[in-house]
Amino acid sequence: MMRGSLPGLSIYALVAVVAVALAATVKTDAYVANILMQAATYAIAVFGISIVLGLCGQINLAQAAFFAVGAYAVALGTVDYSLPFWLCLLVGVGLAFASGALLGLSTLRLGGHYLAMVTISFQQILTVVLINAIRFTHGPDGVSSIGRPAGFQSSQAFLALAIAAMAISGYFVWRLGRSRLGRAMRAVRDNELAASAAGVDVFRTKLTAFALSAALGGLGGGLFAGGFSYISPDQFAFADSIVLMTMALLGGVASPVGSALGTGLLILIPEWLRFLKSVPGLYLAIYGAAVVLIVIFMPDGVWGFVGRLFARAPRAPSSAAEPLMLAPADSGGEIALEVRDLAKHFGGLKAVDGVDFRVRRGQVHALIGPNGSGKTTMLNVVTGLYRATRGAVSVDGVDLTALPPHKRTTAGLARTFQNIRLFRSMSALENVVIGAERDGNRLTVGDASAVLARARSALAFVGLEERMHQPIPSFSYGHQRLIEIARALAANPTVLLLDEPAAGLNLTEKKALHDLLDRIAAQGLTILIIDHDMTLIAGVAHHLTVLNFGKRIADGATAEVLRQPAVVAAYLGAA
Amino acid sequence: MDFFLQLLFTGVGIGAVYALVALGFVLIFRATNVVNFAQGEFSMVAAYLMVVFAVDLGLPYWVAFLISIAGMALLGAAFNLLVYYPLRNRGFLPVLISTIGASIFLGNTTLALYGPQPQVLAGWLDTPGFQLGPIYLDSQYLVIVTVTLALVLFQYWLFEHTLLGKKLQATSQDKEMAALLGVPVALMIMFTFVYSAVLGGIAGILVAPVLFVSIQMGSAIALKAFAATIIGGFGDVAGAIIGGFAIGIVETLGAAYISVPFKDAFAFVVLIAFLALRPQGIFGERVAEKA
Repeated sequence: MMRGSLPGLSIYALVAVVAVALAATVKTDAYVANILMQAATYAIAVFGISIVLGLCGQINLAQAAFFAVGAYAVALGTVDYSLPFWLCLLVGVGLAFASGALLGLSTLRLGGHYLAMVTISFQQILTVVLINAIRFTHGPDGVSSIGRPAGFQSSQAFLALAIAAMAISGYFVWRLGRSRLGRAMRAVRDNELAASAAGVDVFRTKLTAFALSAALGGLGGGLFAGGFSYISPDQFAFADSIVLMTMALLGGVASPVGSALGTGLLILIPEWLRFLKSVPGLYLAIYGAAVVLIVIFMPDGVWGFVGRLFARAPRAPSSAAEPLMLAPADSGGEIALEVRDLAKHFGGLKAVDGVDFRVRRGQVHALIGPNGSGKTTMLNVVTGLYRATRGAVSVDGVDLTALPPHKRTTAGLARTFQNIRLFRSMSALENVVIGAERDGNRLTVGDASAVLARARSALAFVGLEERMHQPIPSFSYGHQRLIEIARALAANPTVLLLDEPAAGLNLTEKKALHDLLDRIAAQGLTILIIDHDMTLIAGVAHHLTVLNFGKRIADGATAEVLRQPAVVAAYLGAA
Repeated sequence: MDFFLQLLFTGVGIGAVYALVALGFVLIFRATNVVNFAQGEFSMVAAYLMVVFAVDLGLPYWVAFLISIAGMALLGAAFNLLVYYPLRNRGFLPVLISTIGASIFLGNTTLALYGPQPQVLAGWLDTPGFQLGPIYLDSQYLVIVTVTLALVLFQYWLFEHTLLGKKLQATSQDKEMAALLGVPVALMIMFTFVYSAVLGGIAGILVAPVLFVSIQMGSAIALKAFAATIIGGFGDVAGAIIGGFAIGIVETLGAAYISVPFKDAFAFVVLIAFLALRPQGIFGERVAEKA
C-alpha cells in the first residue's frame, strides 16, 4: 500500500519548501500576491471538501460558512478584542470544528439529502447573522485592519506562511487517505452496510470527516482574513460554498493534489475570463453548466482523468504470504453463538418469531428453509442490522442484543452478504485490510504490518493473492464472493456468518467454495451458513436448524434433520 | 387577535406556495431517489416567462400563463435529459451535485438575460381583495390557496384513480420490477420531471404578484419547501403539504412577533430542531436498505 509513496513524498516536500522559499524572498506585484494568497487559503478549505466528499462521500454545502467562522474569529478577535493572531486562529479552527461536529450530530445518521439541506441552512443562517448582528459582526460593511502575527507582518511573509500551511494541510489529507481512519472513510463512502459489518463505526467516521473538513475550512478562513486584512459577509455566501465544492470536483475530489489543482484552475480561469463579468450572471451561468458537465464527463476530475492516462498495471506481490490462522475450536466455551427466543416483526409480518438455536464451537451450522422463511432476516438481526423485536443473541456468552453492528463485529462476528457488498473503489487487498483491522482482532492490534500480513494471508487462503492490487470491478462474480469471504476471515472472527455464499456461482465455483469451506472448518472456525444448495449444505454442515414462516421446525444433526417429514414437507410441499 | 388571524391568513397563503414546490420535490424524489436542488429555479423561470409574455409582450394573462406552463414542461423534459438521465446509474451524490450546478446555471442565465432589477407581475384578479370581518383577504392569496387545493385534489385523483398514476407509483417503488412488468420506466421518469417543473412553475407564477420576480426567489422558496418536506416526513405527499403550510405560518408569525431581518432564518431553525428531535418528520420517512 505504501508502494511508490517515498519518492513521491520527497518530491512533494521539495516542491513545498521551494514554493515557501520563493514566496518569502521573491518580490511579486500586489495583484499576483493577492491571487496566490486567495489560492493558498481556498486550497486549504478545498482540502476539507476532499476529506468529507472525496474520502467519506458526504456532502458539505457550507464550507464557505466554516471558512467565515475562521475568518471572523481572526477578524473580530484581533480588531475588537485585541487578542493575539495565533490564539484567534486556534479559536476559529476550534469553533469551525465544533460547529461542524454539531451539524453532523444532528444529521449524519440520516441520508445525504438531509445533510445537504442542513448544511445549506447553516450557511443561510450564518449569512443572515453576519449581515444583521451588526453590533457583534460589523454587519455588511465588514471588518478592516485585521491583525497579523509577529514575524509575519509583511504581506510577503504572510503569504509564505499561508503557502506553508497549505502544504502541511495537503500532506495531512494525503496521509489521512492512507491511514486506518481514511480507509474507514472510503469504506463508508463505498458501502455503509458492509463497512459497519466489517467493524467500522459508520456514524463516528462520518462525524470525524465532517468535523475535520469544517476545521480545515476554518483554518483557510483564518489565514484568508489575515492575508487580506479585510473581510465582509458577501465573501462567504452560499455561492462561495458551491465554488469551493466545484474546485474540489474539477480537480478530482479524491486527492489533495486534485483539490489544489482545481482550486488553482478556478481562481486563474475567472481572472482570464474577467471580461465575462461585465454581464452579470454570465460568469456564474458558465460555472453552473461546468459543474453539470464535470459531473457527467469527468467523474474523477482533471487529476483523476490524468491519473488514469498514466496508471501503471498493478504488480503481483514478490514474496509469499504466511498461512492464515483462524480461531481454533479448542479455546473458549462449548457454545460459540446462542440465539434465544429471537423475534423480528415488521408491522404485522412476523419474519422471525421466537427462534432458539445454539451454534457449537468448531461446527458448521446451517440455517435452512424455503424462501421467505426468515433466514436472512435472522442473520440481519444476529449481526445487528435489524433491531430484534424480542429475544437475545450472545457470542461466547456475551450478550450482543443491544449493540450496533460494528460493536458485534468487535465482539467476534464476521459476515458476508447475499448480494455481494465490497468496497468497489478499492483494491482486493484494501478490502481485506479493512476486515483485518477490526477492533478486537487480537492478532493485529495496533500493528500496521501485522494487518497487512493478515490481509495477504487471507487473500492467499482464498487463492487470490496474485491479484491483490487489482480493483474490485476487475474480478469475476465468483472471485468477488471469495474476496468478501477473505475480508471476513481476515477479521479473525469467533463466528463466521455466510449468507447464501453459493448463490449465483457456477458448478466449478461451487466446488471451489465447498473446498474452501472444508478448509475453514478443518481449522476449527465456527460457521453459521445459509444456503439453498442442499448438496453443499449436506456436504459441509454438521448441524441444521430449519425455519419455516419465521418459526423453527427442526433442529439437529444434518442427516437426521433431512429425514424428518416436516422438513421434507416444507421443502417439497405436503404430499 | 385580529392581527394574529391576519398573519395566519398570510402564512397559509405563502405556505401554499411552499407546499406546491414541496410536492415537486417529493414527486421527483419518489421517482428517482434524488433531491432536485433546481426545483426552486423552476418557479423562478416560470415567473420570468410570465413577465416576458404578460408584461413585456402584453399578451392576455391566461395566454401568457398557458405559454409559460408549456415552456416549463419543455424545461422539465430538457432538465431530465441533460441533468438527470446521463447520471441515472451513478448514485445519489453525482445527481445531487448536477442539480445544484443546473440551479446555478438557470439562475444566472436568467440574470444575464434579464438583469438584476426585480420585476413586477400583476395578480390574476383585478380586485385587490376584500374585508371579511376583522381580516383583509388579499385576492392573490385566495387564488394561491384555491389553486393549490385544486392541484392537490388533481394529483390525488391522478395517482390513486388512473392507470398512469399506478405506473408512476410502481416506478417509484421498484424500477426493475416495474420495467419487467412492462411499465415504460424512462417515460414515467420523464413525465415526473415535466409534471414537477409545471407544479414548480405554477407555484412561481402564483407567488410572483406577492413577492417581486427576482433571481433569488427560486432558491429562497426551494429551501423552505425542502424544509417543509423534511418536517412533513420525507417522501410523503400529505406531509409535504402540511409541512409547507407549517413553514409559511411559522415564518410569518416569526417575522411579525420576533424579528423581520431574521425572517429567513426561522424556517431553518424549525428544520434543525425537527432533525434533532423528530428526524422522521410528522409522517415518517420509510427508509430501509435491504441487506
